[in-house]
Amino acid sequence: MDEMRVKNHPILGEDNCEEFVEITVDGKVMQAKKGEMIAAVLLANGIKIHRYTAKEHKPRGIFCGIGQCTDCVMTVNGKANVRTCITPVEDGMTVETQEGYGRKKP
Amino acid sequence: MKREVVIIGAGPAGLAAAIEATKNGCQVLLVDENRTAGGQFFKQLHKFFGSQAHSAGIRGFEIGKQLLKETEELGVEVWLESSVIGIFAGKRVAVLRNGITETVEAQSILICTGGAENPLRFPGWTYPGVMGAGAAQTMVNVNRVLPGKRILMIGSGNVGVIVAYQLLQAGADVVGIVEGMPRIGAYGVHAAKLKRAGVPFFIGHTIAEARGSDRVEEAVIARFENGQILKGTERKIDVDTICVAVGLRPLSELAQMAGVKHGFIPELGGFMPIHNTDMETSVEGIYVAGDTAGVEEASTAMDEGRLAAVSVSCALGHLNRADAEQKKEEIRDRLASLRQGPFGERRMNAKNRVIEMGVTM
Repeated sequence: MDEMRVKNHPILGEDNCEEFVEITVDGKVMQAKKGEMIAAVLLANGIKIHRYTAKEHKPRGIFCGIGQCTDCVMTVNGKANVRTCITPVEDGMTVETQEGYGRKKP
Repeated sequence: MKREVVIIGAGPAGLAAAIEATKNGCQVLLVDENRTAGGQFFKQLHKFFGSQAHSAGIRGFEIGKQLLKETEELGVEVWLESSVIGIFAGKRVAVLRNGITETVEAQSILICTGGAENPLRFPGWTYPGVMGAGAAQTMVNVNRVLPGKRILMIGSGNVGVIVAYQLLQAGADVVGIVEGMPRIGAYGVHAAKLKRAGVPFFIGHTIAEARGSDRVEEAVIARFENGQILKGTERKIDVDTICVAVGLRPLSELAQMAGVKHGFIPELGGFMPIHNTDMETSVEGIYVAGDTAGVEEASTAMDEGRLAAVSVSCALGHLNRADAEQKKEEIRDRLASLRQGPFGERRMNAKNRVIEMGVTM
């Protein structure tokens, strides 16, 4: 799904990122550009569903992209409700699709 | 902790204000909740309008870089990843920073927290793949990743057409622009680029529904007249992304919390803090600027920030009245020139109504 990446941007020019890290999304290892937002890696890999709502189990994804709406929250390194559109990746990060509020079922 | 001036939000208005106030001799603290300053400057890759004094012809992100550089050179104190969670009596600003709430006592507060995109509610509007046009813009211009391959834009205002064109340039297929009004909302120069590229404009149409199993797979659009969808005019379009560009609204929670008088001005985004010609609100010493003070453009936001900063500098005794008045008049003239033309005039009239409403409770 690398085709979603804008390698040659009409205004910003060529992407010259040379440093990459690895993150694990729902058990799958993915390569990410160092410092990019989690949501960007997911989009580049065709992942659009970030979480399911608590009451009706409805899918949610990116909506505002700037950390205002909290629609894109996921469970990151075991911590629930992390806004993936404004949280940069770190090497070895674990990202999970979040169920409801992210609380573990008893 | 005490600071003369606390500026909340380091976007176009906040940065310009911080620079102006610091140059005038104020002790400034600039606070922003994001990891980097600049607000929404860095997704604005288009060339700005206006005169030379407004950096016209320069791309938004270049203006942002310049402001950041100036802020740094002047040694402005900037707190990033710091959320203002409240403004309390005595102009005490509560800032959540590194997990701790610090209270900063200010003599003047400038609120420039910007705006938020309006959502549009239609069946399927919560599906992954429906997003704000600004979100799509952030994805393609900041994160350098396409939000989708086949994109439908709802709204033909400047945001809608500029973002649609940038998505197209970056390699996405923009399958159409849907506009509920009987005409295109954006500047002709922007809309023409899309028309030349063969992107269809569905004028007098609206989105009726987004369909899909667990994400957007299809959009249904229909003719729209007198606020109603005309039955029988529905048509389906294969899409994976629906971008919504139906305006923004001022983010004024902090001003509300501080007891600032508000009014409803539709042309400027709706419910907003009322301010005077100095950008001061009904609460003495609390100022607003930029989209918080009515949604306009980054260029007007910068000048409103400067205007507020000059007013603050004078109120705190760093500028004498005559010098301040002269500076204010220069900025007001620039703002007036930005509020010309059919779009600008509408905003100018709305701003005049804001002033007329007055800041006495």
